Amino acid sequence: MAEPAVAVMAHHEEEDHGHHGPGGWLKYLWSTDHKVIAMQYMFTGMFMALIGGFMAYVFRMQLAFPGINVPGFGMVSPGEYNALVTNHGTLMIFWVAMPVLLAAFGNYLIPLMVGADDMVFPKINRLSFQIFFLSTIVILASLVVEGGGFAGAWTAYPPLSANETYNLTPLGSTLWVVGVGLEFVAFLLGGINFITTLMNSRAPGMRAFDVPIVVWMIVVASILFMLSVGPLLAGAIMLIFDQTLGTGFFDPATGGDPILWQHLFWFFGHPEVYVVLLPAIGVVAEIITTFARKKLFGYRIVIFTIVATGVLSFFVWAHHQFIAGIDPRMANIFTITTLLISVPIAEMCFVYIATLYGGSIRLTTPMLWALAFIAEFLIGGVTGIFLGAAGADIYFHDTYFVLAHFHYTFFPIAIIGTFAAFTYWFPKMFGKMMDERLGKWHFWLTIIPFNFIFIPLFVLGMGGQHRRIYNYAHFPELAIPWFQNMRIVATVSLLVMLAAQLIFFYNCYKSWRRGRKAPMNPWKANSLEWTTQSPPPHGNWRPDELPVVYRGPYEYSVPDRDDDYWPQNEPDSRGSR
Amino acid sequence: MERVGHFFDDIGLIRIGSSYAADIDFLIILVLVVVGVWFLAAEFVFMYFIVKFREKPGRRADYIDGTNKRHKRWITYPHLAVLVFDVLIVVVSFKVWHKIKIDLPENPDAVIRVIGQQWAWTFQHPGADAELDTPDDIFTIDELHVENGKLYHFKLEALDVLHSFSVPVWRIKQDAIPGRSITGWFQPTMIGEFDVQCTEICGFGHGVMAGKVMVEDPATHSAWIEANTPALLAE
Ligand code: HEM
Ligand SMILES: [Cu+2]
Ligand SMILES: [Cu+2]
Repeated sequence: MAEPAVAVMAHHEEEDHGHHGPGGWLKYLWSTDHKVIAMQYMFTGMFMALIGGFMAYVFRMQLAFPGINVPGFGMVSPGEYNALVTNHGTLMIFWVAMPVLLAAFGNYLIPLMVGADDMVFPKINRLSFQIFFLSTIVILASLVVEGGGFAGAWTAYPPLSANETYNLTPLGSTLWVVGVGLEFVAFLLGGINFITTLMNSRAPGMRAFDVPIVVWMIVVASILFMLSVGPLLAGAIMLIFDQTLGTGFFDPATGGDPILWQHLFWFFGHPEVYVVLLPAIGVVAEIITTFARKKLFGYRIVIFTIVATGVLSFFVWAHHQFIAGIDPRMANIFTITTLLISVPIAEMCFVYIATLYGGSIRLTTPMLWALAFIAEFLIGGVTGIFLGAAGADIYFHDTYFVLAHFHYTFFPIAIIGTFAAFTYWFPKMFGKMMDERLGKWHFWLTIIPFNFIFIPLFVLGMGGQHRRIYNYAHFPELAIPWFQNMRIVATVSLLVMLAAQLIFFYNCYKSWRRGRKAPMNPWKANSLEWTTQSPPPHGNWRPDELPVVYRGPYEYSVPDRDDDYWPQNEPDSRGSR
Repeated sequence: MERVGHFFDDIGLIRIGSSYAADIDFLIILVLVVVGVWFLAAEFVFMYFIVKFREKPGRRADYIDGTNKRHKRWITYPHLAVLVFDVLIVVVSFKVWHKIKIDLPENPDAVIRVIGQQWAWTFQHPGADAELDTPDDIFTIDELHVENGKLYHFKLEALDVLHSFSVPVWRIKQDAIPGRSITGWFQPTMIGEFDVQCTEICGFGHGVMAGKVMVEDPATHSAWIEANTPALLAE
């Protein structure tokens, strides 16, 4: 319904473009510049990360010190606990990982890296953010409406999610589905732009294999998203009907099937993991090549492995449902596909490690983040094998082992990957260099506590601790003192980690205000975004200076050249001896 | 070899309480060893490269693009090895999965019914005649009584939303779905009182949906049956 209004406004902006449009922040709100939209996504995402982090703080405090009056929140009731966990997961995936990694960096980097002045459809791009913004308001509203926020886990399995007499949150659960549905629409619109911009707006001379890996990754991620989200959107609408109109698509009492939702959800949900993973590993590729001064080991291997991963990711979804009542013989098939997917992922890790071989490695802050991504993601990857083997999943399913496993994938993706990208492109985005000393403090004070949060949770999961429980006192086997101590270690580490984020925000503020001015190409990197001013002007390059491409993005340390880098836009004749 | 499956029990993390618990633990240990070796090797090589190839004045990075056969081997061999290990894990996983979830052992000593509802477990025991759905069945809330060493089939049902029946010491877990009855089995091997969990979120009281299972020796168990047989039938 918002669409006609938006279209009218779009018209206005068109006319005002370049002249004196609506001033101040209004201009900002209606901007079609991909860099502005990227910032809008980035700051909304970071704001939501603070809320998601705050939720983690509240429920971790409750687990470590059951019944405590959590400072800043109060006592946590069982219902509130469930709502906090549910919305922590929902926000972190749909309002943090996706907007920051996919939308913010996709928007910022794709036009700059392929040498275009903007996205192909700038107005669709703006509409995408506006719908996303609306979805943000809806999901935040769902937390405070009467009855409280939705509390049926981020997977929203019916009949619990479908029927208010079961979930007791009539408004919260409907707003939750509406919010998530709108968010999907926003990303569908964004994805159209990413794909078409890569296809149509590449700089002259840029062939498919000259495109930086991160751009490939974001585009493949968008395609995976588009292919997987359709069924779930349909499912979401059916769920809203079940909630509000009393239909029974998922309710066995009226002939529906609750397992259908699980299939729709995970058919989307598993590829979704790769939707957020791919941009992060793309970011890492850019950073390690720059700071190891190395050509990426096997550019084409990487492209083929992501395509293989993407295709396979559509055939593994039921590994989330091994014990959910599907035909047990199906588990065999999904065990095979799940373990198969370990092959391209392992290969990707090998490629990155091999890229370091023979390098000249500079441990800047972005490089530390990128290396930490590899080190930590490996833990997430190998622990996935335990869960993919259906026989072992009987025991692990819905325990803290699963929880720790996926935080070892999501945290590297959404937090470590974001910090890597943010610190690497900060000079480009804001025209200032960041403080390296503060950056390193922030790095170590995030990474070390991170491991101390989740390693105890692996042990607890191995000991049989199940998920989404507000107080383990009811379970004698889980209430033993040393288990409780582990919970306290995890929570205290979280407090340290959250406090360390102050360093980050202080560093951003200080660098932005008083930082050293960033040159065009502070890291001596090759890709096209480094060939324009920092920050780039509207249109990215002066119209007569749009770049032309002569080579791939990873030509570092080419023998017989003076410089150890070779920008993509530098004609062959210059610089080579 | 037998002992391997008892590792987690031996270190005091989680006890072995059913005939198939050690099979699952053996599989977990197998995966732990296989991926553990890979993991440590990868992290070691990774850290070693970071230290070894730190920038030094006057040294320039090598130009390697990974298309050379000699270099590519470093990716293809490990990757084939990963595939081989995957096959090993799949095979053992299949065996465990079939034993627990597909091949239902015949002629159980008793059949019980487990019913999940917001937020309690109802257990229906066959009672003195060892037949389910007869008037002498014993119904209990949140307390399951079984005899050690006997083979049980269970019928798992739910009345409202999804629940999941889990007994960690038995390594058993199965979702309960309203409108369906799911059959499975277990054979307890350890006497004592153990946690029953609900491992699928089921609403407000999910966190308190706790039960216990009492595994009893034959004498205690028959005494319990006798004491709890519905009064009107005992006459
Ligand atoms: C800031 C550090 C974080 C901490 C300490 C943390 C901690 C936790 C804990 C303890 C739970 C489980 C609570 C329970 O089951 O009772 C949880 C659930 C979850 N977390 Fe996090 N988390 C963090 C960051 C993230 C990030 C970055 C993501 C994803 C991008 C994420 C995604 C999820 C999801 C999807 C769930 C499952 C929610 C559900 O069960 O419905 N978390 N988190
Ligand atoms: Cu999955
Ligand atoms: Cu439950």
